[in-house]
Amino acid sequence: MGPRVGVVTFPGSLDDRDALRAVRLAGAEPIPLWHGDKWLDNVVAVVLPGGFSYGDYLRCGAIARFSPAMESIIDGAKHGMPVLGICNGFQVLCEAHLLPGALIRNDHRKFVCRDQRLRIENTSSAWTTGYAAGQEILVPLKNGEGGYVADQHTLDELEGEGRVVARYVGDNPNGSYRAIAGISNAAGNVVGLMPHPEHAVEALTGPSTDGLTFFTSVLQQLVAR
Amino acid sequence: MGHSRQADRPPVDTVKQAKKSPDVAQPFRELGLAEDEYARILGILGRRPTSSELAMYSVMWSEHCSYKSSKVHLRQFGEKVPAEAAKILLVGMGENAGVVDVGDGWAVTFKIESHNHPSYVEPHQGAATGVGGIVRDILTMGARPVAVMDALRFGPLEAPDTARVLPGIVSGVGGYGNCLGLPNIGGEVVFDPSYLGNPLVNALCVGVLRADAIKLAKAEGPGSKVVLFGARTGGDGIGGASVLASASFETAGKTKRPAVQVGDPFAEKVLIECCLEIFAADLVTGIQDLGAAGLSCATTELAAAGSGGMEIDLDRAPLRDETLVPEEILMSESQERMMAVVTPANLAAFMAICAKWDVTATVLGEVTDGDRLIMRWHGEKIVDVPPRSLAHDGPVYERPLSRPYDQDALNGEHGNGLPRPKDGDRLRSTALRLIGSPNLADKSWVTDQYDRYVLGNTVLAQPEDAGMIRVTDEGTLGLALSVDGNGRYTRLDPYAGAQLALAEAYRNVASTGARPLAVTNCLNFGSPEDPAVMWQFAEAVRGLADGCRELGVPVTGGNVSFYNQTGKTPILPTPVIGVLGVIDDVNRRTPMAFQNDGHQLYLLGDTADEFGGSEWAHVMHGFLGGHPPKVDLAREKLLADILINASRDGLIDSAHDLSDGGLFIALAESCLRGDVGARIVLPEGVDPFVFLFSESAGRAVVAVPRTEEVRFTDMCTARGLPAARIGVIDLLENSLDVQGQFRIPLRELRAAWTEPFRARFD
Repeated sequence: MGPRVGVVTFPGSLDDRDALRAVRLAGAEPIPLWHGDKWLDNVVAVVLPGGFSYGDYLRCGAIARFSPAMESIIDGAKHGMPVLGICNGFQVLCEAHLLPGALIRNDHRKFVCRDQRLRIENTSSAWTTGYAAGQEILVPLKNGEGGYVADQHTLDELEGEGRVVARYVGDNPNGSYRAIAGISNAAGNVVGLMPHPEHAVEALTGPSTDGLTFFTSVLQQLVAR
Repeated sequence: MGHSRQADRPPVDTVKQAKKSPDVAQPFRELGLAEDEYARILGILGRRPTSSELAMYSVMWSEHCSYKSSKVHLRQFGEKVPAEAAKILLVGMGENAGVVDVGDGWAVTFKIESHNHPSYVEPHQGAATGVGGIVRDILTMGARPVAVMDALRFGPLEAPDTARVLPGIVSGVGGYGNCLGLPNIGGEVVFDPSYLGNPLVNALCVGVLRADAIKLAKAEGPGSKVVLFGARTGGDGIGGASVLASASFETAGKTKRPAVQVGDPFAEKVLIECCLEIFAADLVTGIQDLGAAGLSCATTELAAAGSGGMEIDLDRAPLRDETLVPEEILMSESQERMMAVVTPANLAAFMAICAKWDVTATVLGEVTDGDRLIMRWHGEKIVDVPPRSLAHDGPVYERPLSRPYDQDALNGEHGNGLPRPKDGDRLRSTALRLIGSPNLADKSWVTDQYDRYVLGNTVLAQPEDAGMIRVTDEGTLGLALSVDGNGRYTRLDPYAGAQLALAEAYRNVASTGARPLAVTNCLNFGSPEDPAVMWQFAEAVRGLADGCRELGVPVTGGNVSFYNQTGKTPILPTPVIGVLGVIDDVNRRTPMAFQNDGHQLYLLGDTADEFGGSEWAHVMHGFLGGHPPKVDLAREKLLADILINASRDGLIDSAHDLSDGGLFIALAESCLRGDVGARIVLPEGVDPFVFLFSESAGRAVVAVPRTEEVRFTDMCTARGLPAARIGVIDLLENSLDVQGQFRIPLRELRAAWTEPFRARFD
């Protein structure tokens, strides 16, 4: 088995099994983690999956970020551990201040599930080294509160430092500023992404297998280290 | 605080009082009980019921819970099951949901249920809790819920109230299912004026379990604990089962609380995971969800199915609202609650799992070796009844039925004189009108609000003919599901209409390559007290039962929804039929999209001049009359066999069933799905209009690679299935070209197809 990659289950997590599957298909050892445990079971990278942690009460991700597992993950992330937050996981990362900005209700006020084209803008983050710069990929998008917002200064900073990881191609599906679909922290180990690469890892069930590269990228990083 | 809690409590009606005051007038009529039904209760108890008992009888004997008007008809589903088909039934009708054996040690449970009236009153919550309720039914069988579907009916798309009802229902179905992490893999959205004041929300859920891990709703083993777990009980949904429509519940609290239940999908998601962990550890001997009639139903059904009695301390039930009185607690339909029977030895482990998931769990009482269901409120006995009298021995009616007075006139107005398009230009404009009509238009405005990807096992989802999921990551076994119903056909001929709905769902499942296996149904009708409606119902049930026998697929369960009417006008009779199929290798599934250049298009089956109840007559002429298309179930079986074999042997790479709107609509949908064009050549001597738009049943269009053409046509010839080559997929064409008649560029076709929902709701 390859490196141990953890997937946290919060109450209300939904895509945790999918993230575990993607980790397995990428060749790593998937490790289920429980939100209530501080102990991260010797994982070397963590995925925060999609869903509605704690029912999205208060604000999406606002409660999850106080969980014991998150304490350890925040600590790990600050020391360079790769962390990928997908959808609700992205929201948790913003609430935890590991990533700047916030995610708000879609501008059209409806939940949207569709196959979405993305352009990979940054191939140096821990999760995107396997992509070619500017590569277009097709992965599912499904969210009710996926509009990425931040102040102009932050947006300019993200753009300037090359921290916009992925951008929507074509119609902006949720009103995200500058069509931002995903961003990273300054060090590049923490990535938040609104669309769902873990749903595009098998030809049978996904619109493509383009999403798998997120998971193989981090593996290459970890093995190379 | 000078008062004790005791003194603050309103007085309750106890068994002791009931004996002492036999002549108290009770509001049984307001609760929906008839005079003779009330008299029967007096006979069963040998005294007047307490107000709590009266509440319980009223909800348990309501049409919704007791099936008192439909029971005598529904028996046919059991009586007419062919012996061979019955073998796959691990659990039949009567439990929360039927369970069928799908091989490899796996079992599947699936069921469809209505939540029509609540969804009209409060579209979002009504629809949401409809999904929540059916998911709990599936969970109760010991299964992991793995997918949902929804069959919806609305008034005309352009009607003002549709703008209130439709978005709310869609956000309710989506919001609840999405938060549970269940993929929505298919369904229907249909418009007709008869549903304007009475939309239909029929929700289906399918679950998967190991065949040896089925759980049943029964309370066995004296001394075992009765545990209520999940959400606290609140004042919402009181009387939802029986008196929502008219009467109000006046014996208890005066506060106005919502009669429609309010859902919390997060609580249900946690409850599902909690239950599955409890099942995996084998900690319950019986389990029941709390749906219609809440605690009344759960306690009586568990006790009635078990060996003995049950004693409950009702005041132990955790409440959201401390002012609730026992009658309200018994009738509350608060969501996200379950009741389990747990041996004392397993209780600690059970409670520990509930604690892990932060699920409130409370021991309410225990199973006894008596034969009474007894409930106490702060020590005073308020219920003392034989549980079977509530759960099994409710009233049964043979309601009078009579063929509607206008039935002959309706069938006699065949509509043969309706003007038909005679040339290519008019056929073209008819084609565009139809594809842009609400019933045939693109439904992605609706389905894009549903998560179809979660769980990662969705192989096919809407708008495919059937939804398909893989049972596990490790294997290739798959399930296919389709729900169909056509109220216009059923209005013209309820017996044939029910069979046509069955045939369509069966055909849809087979079109994906799966073998149809079992049936569920949701029977939506007007008032059973109207003999004309009752005739429709009886005919539809007879048609469905006969059809299932002929196709060799057993009915595993279902739901009856009566009183769907506005004033005295009933909805179109609408049996919605769900068919479950199995496919050994999901990699061999057949999608509906045209894909590959040069593949030959074949029309399978016979086309006759059949426009009774058709989409064409409805859209172009606003006309309903004549007879629905002819039913030929032997042909449906043959067609299904060919579709399944062709899929398994790799002879076809797309298939699409023909139904509403006929061949043209099927071709257009397959072109648009694949974003490829096709050239169609009409066979010699056919009437182009009939060929393109007739709704004859038992047909499908398939795409056959040139290399497989001989094998495929040989198979059809050998089996006696008509197969006509009607054209070819053309990647360069970028249009649907009906040669010699008309040509529509895909862009124009797509614009017409997507226009109605966008224009109305965006």
